[in-house]
Amino acid sequence: MTAGSQTTDDTTPLLQVDDLAVHFHINRGLFRSNDVVRAVDGVSFTLNRSETLGIVGESGCGKSTLGRAVLQLLKPSQGSVVWLGQDLTKADTETMRRLRKDLQIIFQDPLASLDPRMTIGDIIDEPLMTHFPELSRSERRERVRSIMDRVGLREQMINRYPHEFSGGQAQRIGIARAMILSPQLIVCDEPVSALDVSIQAQIVNLLTHLQREFALSLVFISHDLSVVRHISHRIAVMYLGKLVEIADRNALFAKQHHPYTKALISAVPVPDPRVERSRQRVVLVGDLPSPIDPPSGCRFRTRCPIAQAPEIQKVCATAEPPLTEVAPGHRAACHFWQQA
Amino acid sequence: MTADSLSAPAAAPVRGRSLWDDALRRLLRNRAAVTAAVTLLMLAAVCLIGPLLSPHAIDQVYWDRLSLDAAAPSWDHWFGNDANGRDLMVRVFYGGQISLMVGLTATFVALIIGVTWGATAGFMGGQVDNIMMRIVDVMYSLPFMFFVILLMVFFGRNIFLIFVAIGAVEWLDMARIVRGQTLSLKRREFIEAARAAGVGTATIIRRHILPNTLGPVVVYTTLAVPKVILLESFISFLGLGVQEPLTSWGVLISEGAKEMETAPWMLIWPAIFLAISLFCLNFVGDGVRDALDPRDR
Repeated sequence: MTAGSQTTDDTTPLLQVDDLAVHFHINRGLFRSNDVVRAVDGVSFTLNRSETLGIVGESGCGKSTLGRAVLQLLKPSQGSVVWLGQDLTKADTETMRRLRKDLQIIFQDPLASLDPRMTIGDIIDEPLMTHFPELSRSERRERVRSIMDRVGLREQMINRYPHEFSGGQAQRIGIARAMILSPQLIVCDEPVSALDVSIQAQIVNLLTHLQREFALSLVFISHDLSVVRHISHRIAVMYLGKLVEIADRNALFAKQHHPYTKALISAVPVPDPRVERSRQRVVLVGDLPSPIDPPSGCRFRTRCPIAQAPEIQKVCATAEPPLTEVAPGHRAACHFWQQA
Repeated sequence: MTADSLSAPAAAPVRGRSLWDDALRRLLRNRAAVTAAVTLLMLAAVCLIGPLLSPHAIDQVYWDRLSLDAAAPSWDHWFGNDANGRDLMVRVFYGGQISLMVGLTATFVALIIGVTWGATAGFMGGQVDNIMMRIVDVMYSLPFMFFVILLMVFFGRNIFLIFVAIGAVEWLDMARIVRGQTLSLKRREFIEAARAAGVGTATIIRRHILPNTLGPVVVYTTLAVPKVILLESFISFLGLGVQEPLTSWGVLISEGAKEMETAPWMLIWPAIFLAISLFCLNFVGDGVRDALDPRDR
């Protein structure tokens, strides 16, 4: 199975997300308030072929919404998602349906993402049946078997139902379903958060191998920095619907230019007890502000260790920091990134 | 099954099965359900064939047995005779034909319309849902008898109008039940997974929503059949449904209830037939529901 038609050369990005926003309007009861949840608010990034982009951030920062908006499972409110030169936000239903062959998703809760009344064979077969209805049943079965084998599921399981599987096995089924069409991009929406640590490692390794073998591009969404560090080539950090920093993995772990990233990375435990003991932690105070009414200017200023000084606070409260290039390929959204 | 399994003697490839294959297998293993289904089929066969074998006609009046004292079950008339001196056995069999036909057909019609309507409304949501469910509300608020009388006036008296009338009322409940189920299902991740795979809306409803609503639907269906049979007898009682000399179980029971003290057989025989078929239907319904739930094997 070869990847679909590739007209672009390897230098142009596979996926280009520009100023993407997803706003949810909430109508509360009789007196309709015009509250808008800005779950994702102007996010831009690019993704190259066979690259893994990790997206990290705390709960409620819009990571999953971003992933779904990229795949057009949620309608973006503004911005564009350009896939191989085609803007997905403007694609009609039929075009989008055809493009889905190359754009797949793996879900956080592996069991909930499998129809309890379908056998594993039918679940994995579904994308194949949808996009290649001309294949005969036995040809499809053959492909299902080979992908099951590839993700580490035994062929005898083909007639079992989802409830008979453990979380790790169920996630392998989810991966097999996403992989069966040989897509070019898979959005992994916290694929290991619901799993045991030992199983997490297996699934992450499986994804890494598949990524190399099939030259996949992955958008790997997680709140677990150690997992993201392991699998990603580049890492984007989100805070309250916006990207605050994006850089190559090693560059980001070597030097952080945004105080939020700094706090996140300082919270990752180090497996060496001596280093761990001397580790300096940046502890953030307070909770994530509401995405209905985000702070003016820099959204992070309410919890930022730098912005506590009054004269700095004034700058942060008025102007929203743009995502500026602080080093080649390393961008951060902070007025005072030199101090961070 | 074919060359596929013959070519690999070492490890025969596992043949793929679907939910329906599995469900049939599980249903056949359920002894209560199979017994009930066989009983039901036999009952239907007796109702169909019985009148052909009986020497009595449905409308033949036996003058010598006209008084209820002389109408008790006897060698000539196994079930006895009714208040008009007609053979009760033949009447029960004929009544069975009508009742089973009304019960099953009207329920089936209600099932098809209700499930489709409810699933579509629930899945589409928004304005579509609003309009579709308001139509259901409007139909709910129409008095049932008014509706039946209107149909009779316009189209004349006809057994098929009973199906239409009952079906047109019964599907409303079904639509509401299925809509509720669909609303809770459509936010589940496996539906999103299907959408991400590029599956169309109609296929998602058919392949993912409907099979997952089957539990409550089957239970409601088994409850609807007796309701429909009794509804038919109510219409007939008012003189709008089945007309003499034809009859139905519901009519026979209501006639029998009037003579309960003097001629109990007039109540007992049709009641036994109705009770057995409803009993069997419940077992079959439970069996189908269990068979369709893969978690329950």
